[in-house]
Amino acid sequence: MKVLTADTAVIGGGPAGLAAALTAKKQGADKVLIIERNNELGGILQQCIHHGFGLHRFKQELSGPEYAQRFIDMVKKTDIEVLLETMVSELTPERKIYAVNSRNGMMEISAKAVVLAMGCRERTRGALRIPGTRPAGVFSAGTAQRFMNIDGYIPGKKAVILGSGDIGLIMARRFTLEGARVEAVVEVLPYAAGLTRNVVQCLEDFHIPLYLRSTVIEVHGEDRVEGVTIAEVDEAWNPIAGTERYIECDTLLLSVGLIPENELSTQAGVAVDPVTNGPIVNESLMTNIPGVFACGNVLHVHDLVDNVSKEAERAGRFAGRYALEQGEDWKKRVKVIAGENIRYVVPHEIGLDEPVEFFMRVQRPDENVVIDVGGLRSVRQRSIRPSEMLNITVTPEMLKNVTGDSITVQVVTLKEAEVRA
Amino acid sequence: MHKTIICTVCPLSCNVFLELGDNDEIVSLTGNRCPRGKAYAAKEHTAPERTLTTTVKARGGIHPLLPVRTDKPIPKEMLLEAVQAVSDLEVEGPIRMGQVLIEDFLGTGSNLVASRDL
Ligand code: SF4
Repeated sequence: MKVLTADTAVIGGGPAGLAAALTAKKQGADKVLIIERNNELGGILQQCIHHGFGLHRFKQELSGPEYAQRFIDMVKKTDIEVLLETMVSELTPERKIYAVNSRNGMMEISAKAVVLAMGCRERTRGALRIPGTRPAGVFSAGTAQRFMNIDGYIPGKKAVILGSGDIGLIMARRFTLEGARVEAVVEVLPYAAGLTRNVVQCLEDFHIPLYLRSTVIEVHGEDRVEGVTIAEVDEAWNPIAGTERYIECDTLLLSVGLIPENELSTQAGVAVDPVTNGPIVNESLMTNIPGVFACGNVLHVHDLVDNVSKEAERAGRFAGRYALEQGEDWKKRVKVIAGENIRYVVPHEIGLDEPVEFFMRVQRPDENVVIDVGGLRSVRQRSIRPSEMLNITVTPEMLKNVTGDSITVQVVTLKEAEVRA
Repeated sequence: MHKTIICTVCPLSCNVFLELGDNDEIVSLTGNRCPRGKAYAAKEHTAPERTLTTTVKARGGIHPLLPVRTDKPIPKEMLLEAVQAVSDLEVEGPIRMGQVLIEDFLGTGSNLVASRDL
């Protein structure tokens, strides 16, 4: 077995891994290694050929490949090592990585610091338990996206899309532009899950109907999908009898959510938050395993790659520092609690010496609210939605006011008088 | 006549209400929470534009396709025609991100450029 060492080993070469490797390098880590299972860097961005990436970071609207290329170019200018087509099979709590590729066979990589940047995967039909037959023609939206944008196949001619997440909306437009038809987008929630901009530019532009409070209750067809039955749902998401409607189609795309890919992490003993499905981390984005950091969609599913880059830079910086200093720790830790109308907050635990950027999602849409971060800082928001992640930074100055051993982040709805004030 | 346009410039997604005159001209525009919404809604009413992103056949790369885009938005009603126009285009590497593949694409004043290296 080939034995390698690294100061910082980054698992995953998507947007998170690229940004983390770059900052680890900048921090002074001598040998930085990116391990990627695909045959190129860039991760999911390479198949997201639509534009709209990078507004925060680069102040312009880039396509996914353009955003990736900028980071790939930066990595190429450094001596960061990249192992492509390399699959990590195991990570140990002592930060030994076992990986395999066809050139080197099995490898054992001992790393002083590890950054988990494996991203996420799509929820599948199995996770939804849709009844009916099991014909060909049911794809996750991201798989269809890869077929169309990388491999050059159109998965079908007439599609129904279940779920109005951004990938589903984007694929509705892509199908239409390529001459296929999208009969309907079906969403169980009372509002579109994706960005309004995508509802306008991907559905309304092409007169594609969006059925809210509805779902697919049956898939028809023997060898290939021949149609689906959709129905409206009640408050508890149960189909309402009498509202069934048959739609003829040869393809069903599922855009029903993403799950962080944490098999490697949990195997190494990394503790996972049941809400985010990602590791529990502190303000340096370190997990409960010393020297193992996490960022990007493996930590929690983001909606903007700009935020992924920012988060990954933080993880990379601390991972680089950890590799140099080995085993630093903070004295006082404070737990971060998700309060009223907050679904989750990352990081889960903070020290008080460094500025902390909190990423959070709300549970329900609301308007005219204040996000209160443990009484340290409150930020007014005109409109909040579960699909739009919020980020709020607190400074060490503000953190001086922490008294107990936890802080609660919560949404406070303003009364009418306060709104006008 | 009235018309509602959802501003998509930022996530606030304001509903912008347009009151239109006899010749479809904008008489009043309300509901936007910032000036960007006014400019967007006016443009969206008179001459809506979109950036086109698609793929073309490619030789000499690791994939059979190269993602491409227009470097400026083009008239919205030209999107389908524009995709048709590049369906037979085949390019050969090496190509650098941003390289112009078709200048003044369909007379729109926008160029069709490569979205990544090939
Ligand atoms: S009008 Fe201004 S605030 Fe409202 S959505 Fe547009 S850009 Fe955002």
